[in-house]
Amino acid sequence: MRKSRTLNLGTGSFVLLGFAALFFLTTQTTSHGLAVFGPAHYQVTAKFDNIGDLKVGAPVSMSGVEVGRVTKIDFDSNEYKAVVLLRLNERFNKIPTDSDASIYTQGLLGGKFIGLTAGGADTYLKDGSQIDFTQSAFVLENLIGQVLANFTKQKADEQAPARADPKATEKTK
Amino acid sequence: MIGELWENFTDALEGLGSVVHFLFRLVGNTPRVLLRFSLISQQIFNSGALSLIIIMLSGLFVGMVLGLQGFQLLQRFGSEEALGTAATIGLVKELGPVVTALLFAGRAGTALASELGLMRATDQLSAMEMMAVDPIQRVVVPRFLGGVIAMPLLAGIFSVIGIYGAQLVGVQIMGVDSGSFWSQMRSAVSLSDVTEGIVKSFVFGVACSLIAVYQGYYATPTAEGVGRATTTTVVTSAVVILFLDYLITAAFL
Repeated sequence: MRKSRTLNLGTGSFVLLGFAALFFLTTQTTSHGLAVFGPAHYQVTAKFDNIGDLKVGAPVSMSGVEVGRVTKIDFDSNEYKAVVLLRLNERFNKIPTDSDASIYTQGLLGGKFIGLTAGGADTYLKDGSQIDFTQSAFVLENLIGQVLANFTKQKADEQAPARADPKATEKTK
Repeated sequence: MIGELWENFTDALEGLGSVVHFLFRLVGNTPRVLLRFSLISQQIFNSGALSLIIIMLSGLFVGMVLGLQGFQLLQRFGSEEALGTAATIGLVKELGPVVTALLFAGRAGTALASELGLMRATDQLSAMEMMAVDPIQRVVVPRFLGGVIAMPLLAGIFSVIGIYGAQLVGVQIMGVDSGSFWSQMRSAVSLSDVTEGIVKSFVFGVACSLIAVYQGYYATPTAEGVGRATTTTVVTSAVVILFLDYLITAAFL
């Protein structure tokens, strides 16, 4: 009897420990698990021209404080825009309806997140409402492309008169 | 020459077939054995709880190595904060299930194979049959199920201890910010990563336990035969685990 008791105790604590570990892995190391036990929330949508590499689970912050998370990303094939579903904490239920949503980058190479900037309206966002003012993700490749284009254009402008009329430039010297 | 090769090939095929047949026999007997849960719980203790120390120690050191190596590598790109993500994904998806299964094959698989082999060699299994007790039901299935249940739990424990090992080295010793270690991990690790790890460890549990009880049950009833069964268990398990690991990883991509 004594032996069977310690045996059962050992088995029981092992199984408990194992399930505790699996529970920890599913809830504490992922962003999904938190949602199950998360606080009350409401959902709003926002449409962006380009979301860059925004991922589901990315934080939504206001003045640097996390107020919610991105729960779903979809594509609107009528408007050709990305539809992002944001789940905001019920605690922050006084966000004006004309607030502005922009996509920012955490650090230099970090992931993307959505930053909200408060507007001035008297009505507040509630479940199902849509944020109208959005600003697309800053895509590094586009920026580099623009800089390069400007650069080559500048160079071409500098060289163009020189090639067109070499004597003229000599005279000016 | 060709004939010999062909014979080897058909032998291997026959072995594979008999393992699959054995698996179906075990699964077929499972419902009846589940009613006598005390038999299984004893085997969970033998395969699981007794492997706990080696699993926890290995997990700690594997996690610490990951923390150290990951830190050195990520530091070059100035993104030490991603250490939590790197270590967790590595542990949960790959190292946790695979290393646990390899250790499990070495610790519990050999014990199962030699125990059953010795039972075979000392005619205990035949004695049970004489008493109209089905040795498959009474001895083999509880050992198999014990291993199948213990394996995912052990892999989970391994991963959690490993994450804390990586945190110990990364945060406490190397000075990565604790907040970003955990928050980057949470935003980057998805539930499907964890599911993949659990599926893997379950499949490895089935494979390891099946190979061990099969080798033990059909061991040649001599001292040498039992020894060979034990060796074959470890070798086959290791190869099968790594092969299955590739298959499951590819399936989850």
